[in-house]
Amino acid sequence: MPNLDAAFSALADPTRRAILARLALGEATVMELAQPFAMTQPAISRHLKVLESAGLIIRRVEGTKRPCRLAPDGITGVDQWLAMLRQALAKNYERLDEVLATMQPEERKDRP
Amino acid sequence: MTKMTIKTEGDTHVVVTRRFAASPEAVYRAHTEPTLVQKWLLGPDGWTMPVCINEARPGGKIRYEWTNGKGGGFYLTGEYLELVPFSRIVHIERMHLPNPCPDNHVVTTFTPDGTGTLMTMRMTLPDAKTRAAMLASGMEHGMEASYVRLETMI
Repeated sequence: MPNLDAAFSALADPTRRAILARLALGEATVMELAQPFAMTQPAISRHLKVLESAGLIIRRVEGTKRPCRLAPDGITGVDQWLAMLRQALAKNYERLDEVLATMQPEERKDRP
Repeated sequence: MTKMTIKTEGDTHVVVTRRFAASPEAVYRAHTEPTLVQKWLLGPDGWTMPVCINEARPGGKIRYEWTNGKGGGFYLTGEYLELVPFSRIVHIERMHLPNPCPDNHVVTTFTPDGTGTLMTMRMTLPDAKTRAAMLASGMEHGMEASYVRLETMI
């Protein structure tokens, strides 16, 4: 299980989310990632470092390049947590549905 | 009718929407009358809210205490800023785990939607980091519920 605090902090930045969206299409080098962002390579590298230490991306060495790709485990972990939050909220509102159903049976009968 | 959406907006907002098969008045009351709130605002299965203070007037206090009956528990405090019966509630709340988390500013609106109600809850956190932490901690509590449900499905 990746460190979720680090993962969610990493995801709090729009540039880093955009980097992940790009990586969802496949592996990319720092140069390829820097292109659409109008950012310097060192700036992109700093973002990559945050994503890497949060367990969201993996980098490998290929000569002088260090191409990045998504870390499936990290991304799955974040997905699962989001699904669970959603379920807890959904559960509350399912209960509220039941409460509401008991609150106004008369009103409903009166409706055409 | 029961579709819920949850999404982040900008760097500091979380927006939840949900439709209910009841009038805005009923949904509003279910959010502001303690005996009704205690029936549904519970999170995971197995949790109850033994303390529910909800003074629905500007400046009124909110205090919700939850327990899982096994020694686990946490509480939330807050204050009402604005109430427009039965369409709009503005309040501030913070979780205590047990240290207080940063304030969450919440605007909840109830609008007629066919024969039902569309609820929109817009939360504003002080910064992106806090929002991330809130989403992550909320999920911890959700996890237990998921496991319980999983058990009942198997």
